[in-house]
Amino acid sequence: MIFDNAPALVVIFPLIAAVAVPFIGYYNKRLIPYFVTLITFCSLIFSISNLRTVMQTGSISYTMGGWEPPFGIEYAIDYLNGFVSIVVIFIIFIVSIYAKKSVEQELPGRTINFYTVFLLLTAGLQGLIVTGDLFNIYVFLEISSIAAYALISVGKSRDALMASMNYLIIGTVSASFILLGIGYLYMVTGTLNMADLADRLPLAFDERPKVVLAAFAFFLVGFSIKVGLFPLHTWMPDAYSLAPSAVSAMLASTFTKVAAYVMIRVMFTIFKPDFIISTVHAHTILAWLAAIAIIAGSVLAIAQTDFKRMLAYSSVSQIGYIILGVALMNQIAMTGGIIHIMNHGIMKAALFMVAGAIIYKTGIRNINDFKGLGKTMPYTSAAFTLVALSMIGIPPTVGFVSKWYLALGAIEAGMWVFVGVIMLSSLLNIVYFWRVFENMYFYRAEGGKVDEVPLSMLLPILILAALTFLLGVLALYPLKEIMAPMVQIILPG
Amino acid sequence: METIITIKPLLAVLIPLICAVMIIFSSKHPNIRDGWSVAAGAVLFLTVLSMLPDILAGSVIQFTVIEMLPNLPIKFKVDAFGELFALTSSFLWIFTTFYSIGYMRSLKEHAQTRYFFCFAIAIVGAIGIAFSANLFTLFLFYEVLTVSTYPLVIHNETPEAMSGGRKYLLYLMTAGIFLFFSVAAVYYYTGTTDFAFNGILDGHGIPVVMLKILFITFMIGSAKAAFMPLHSWLPSAMVAPTPVSALLHAVAVVKAGVFTATRVILYVFGVDLMGETGIGLMMAYFVCFTIIVASIYALTHDNLKKRLAYSTVSQLSYIVLGVSMLTPDGITGGMLHIPYHAFMKITLFMCAGAIIVTAKMENISEMNGIGRKMPITMLAFTVGALGMVGVPPVAGFVSKWFLLLGSVEMNQLPILLVLLASAMLNVGYFFPVIYVAFFKKPEKELNFGEASPFLLVPLTLTAIISLILGIWPDAPYLFLELVNVAVQNVTTGGI
Repeated sequence: MIFDNAPALVVIFPLIAAVAVPFIGYYNKRLIPYFVTLITFCSLIFSISNLRTVMQTGSISYTMGGWEPPFGIEYAIDYLNGFVSIVVIFIIFIVSIYAKKSVEQELPGRTINFYTVFLLLTAGLQGLIVTGDLFNIYVFLEISSIAAYALISVGKSRDALMASMNYLIIGTVSASFILLGIGYLYMVTGTLNMADLADRLPLAFDERPKVVLAAFAFFLVGFSIKVGLFPLHTWMPDAYSLAPSAVSAMLASTFTKVAAYVMIRVMFTIFKPDFIISTVHAHTILAWLAAIAIIAGSVLAIAQTDFKRMLAYSSVSQIGYIILGVALMNQIAMTGGIIHIMNHGIMKAALFMVAGAIIYKTGIRNINDFKGLGKTMPYTSAAFTLVALSMIGIPPTVGFVSKWYLALGAIEAGMWVFVGVIMLSSLLNIVYFWRVFENMYFYRAEGGKVDEVPLSMLLPILILAALTFLLGVLALYPLKEIMAPMVQIILPG
Repeated sequence: METIITIKPLLAVLIPLICAVMIIFSSKHPNIRDGWSVAAGAVLFLTVLSMLPDILAGSVIQFTVIEMLPNLPIKFKVDAFGELFALTSSFLWIFTTFYSIGYMRSLKEHAQTRYFFCFAIAIVGAIGIAFSANLFTLFLFYEVLTVSTYPLVIHNETPEAMSGGRKYLLYLMTAGIFLFFSVAAVYYYTGTTDFAFNGILDGHGIPVVMLKILFITFMIGSAKAAFMPLHSWLPSAMVAPTPVSALLHAVAVVKAGVFTATRVILYVFGVDLMGETGIGLMMAYFVCFTIIVASIYALTHDNLKKRLAYSTVSQLSYIVLGVSMLTPDGITGGMLHIPYHAFMKITLFMCAGAIIVTAKMENISEMNGIGRKMPITMLAFTVGALGMVGVPPVAGFVSKWFLLLGSVEMNQLPILLVLLASAMLNVGYFFPVIYVAFFKKPEKELNFGEASPFLLVPLTLTAIISLILGIWPDAPYLFLELVNVAVQNVTTGGI
């Protein structure tokens, strides 16, 4: 049956479609956006089917070409990547609807190129998520990174080229670190399959501890760059703020989240929590770095006047939440960190889409020029309001759910300092989002006629905004059915 | 104790919410739009009122909306204390609606749709807080109230209003963050946030130091109650249109803060724990400071609304003082002061608003002789002022009487003296207004009369009600009966 092959199809489907796009474009360019949306929708179905299988029969191990692991390439899906996979492909699906009009305006005549790379990026991200092979991770990381460099570089202003170049250099450094880490591990264990690696690593560590430690360090630094953990975030603001609107929405909400997922996978599946806690103490360093990221990102966001740049710095801060949740090393905080992958993905996609919608209609990027938008673009503004309140953490939105778990997790860990950090960051969030509200709705701006973006751009924004509310109110189901068993596997406690 | 499960509490929250949506849709037709507020006010009040007989019979009404996180449901529970606050705010919403219509129209204010929309949402917040069954639901509506009142505070959108609004937001949102932390900590220690008549923190082996810290964060979280030194948002919020100051900054918002503080003191910590740890006495002395200092501040302000604001700061602390006494009479006095102060203070604010609209005066020193031109308004003002001082037969006398009894009951002479001193200070800042209005000769010819009936009728009615509440406090179905049930609940642990 086709769904038996769903683990491979989530990757192969968009990959083949990426190749097919130029041919369809040769026949009729206008069909491409619909085709891409259809493909991402099918991928979404496959992803959902994967998670359903995991929930019914346990983890999936899919062997490429029938070569058994550890010799062949294995796609291994459990609760964690089943969940992340759905989140990522769902956001990409929504972005693909949004992208149609936005790309028409921002990248006229480049539809074929854009959508080809867009699908390549999709395939790369999905590959990163489902693969159970460490070297495969490197391959997909490069596929998706190169696609991302290309997508950023086509941004309207010339600075986008520089941003892309910056990102390329620092991204390549990160990829090299990761490749070195993989090589070191292969050297001492002789395997690349993650499950197999996890089994052999303790023995290897006894024999060659320095090599294993070096590998861990390489991974940590490499993934920290990809995730954009402060102070290795410097590529992020330029890349996110100068890329085309649809690309910003997609990258900000998926790429760093996938990188965070891979980081969790490497840390917890390959190296195991015990190793991190008692041997390298990496969690303490990570937690403090995350706390600094949370505060620094927010403070830098306050200093921005460019809306998209502000959102990018806000991402720096939100990444801190995810890493903090992971680094506190207890189940509650871990739940908060992982659910924030979904929550922040949805919120940030919505916010960047709002930014794109405003640019689409008015060309305004500066927050101080937002006056009167509440009247001319009422639906976009209302959606922004809801999502921003969620970012601040007002219940019953998703932002509250994340903060609730992180705060409880910090108390559980006995780290009251981090509770303070979460509280302070909420306050800083209020400061930088409220500025936008003020400009949108108040100052007695002369309100023109209602002039909203086309429905294909508005609807994705509204759907995501509604989700920030609905997924908050209905958080119990995913928490009980998906998060609880997932966290139990990652961090048995 | 009987628990009745009906959807009424949820309905009470939904009515103003639906009203808010309808207001948006009928923004083009002012009469229909304002009609929604009036209708919703009446229906809401009747809904809240329909729960009163069951509550007085000693039952509680409960309704769970949805379990959002494990053991953290959005849940409503109506007990006597919640009913008290809901009854007060829903009843006064009707008056304020009429008053707002008159006020906004005679000043030809801008953005009236936004104004009435936010007003309705603020009522959602207030009713939601009143009916919350747990800290989490309370926190949810607490934030709703903060966010929805911000546009009302900065309604004028002048630079002064915007900076007042920022201060308002900064204080109340910070409070929200502290409340968030406190709720999370309570959940962490006890696994629940549901209110109980004898508190929920007792018996979980929480160290006393932690309890004290938690209490402090809770009180910072209740900054809506304007305890000093977290009070300064309230005078700043006086840049709002007067009906907002009247309902929200004399009733809904500030009482929500006091309500939260009381819920925390009696229903989270509990009378026993508060007494054993000595936190109750500490709190009582702490708020005494606010009572006195805020009254002194009030003396120094010439702007009538600012003076009323400081008077509110002082009077709110009476409520918390009564509750922290932890004695039956003290709690009765504190709880009773919630509706009583509401009726009196709303009268005073509506008078101030009527003066602004008709006489265009905001400062007391300008008001020479206006009592001759606006006799009804100033008589109503006098009633309210007398009540604040605690002169019989106005309502304020009854609640202060219970507070005095409470201070004697707990054997704390200094608190008794504070109450008496504060009454004298009240005389000091209210009587000049009355004196100026009635006995001083106007400097120039005053060419205005009473305000329009939209403004005049509500303020007259609330003044009359303040008198009735003082003359006949133990009438059936009035607040004292409700407070007695509430006090019995907390002192006997609800058995």
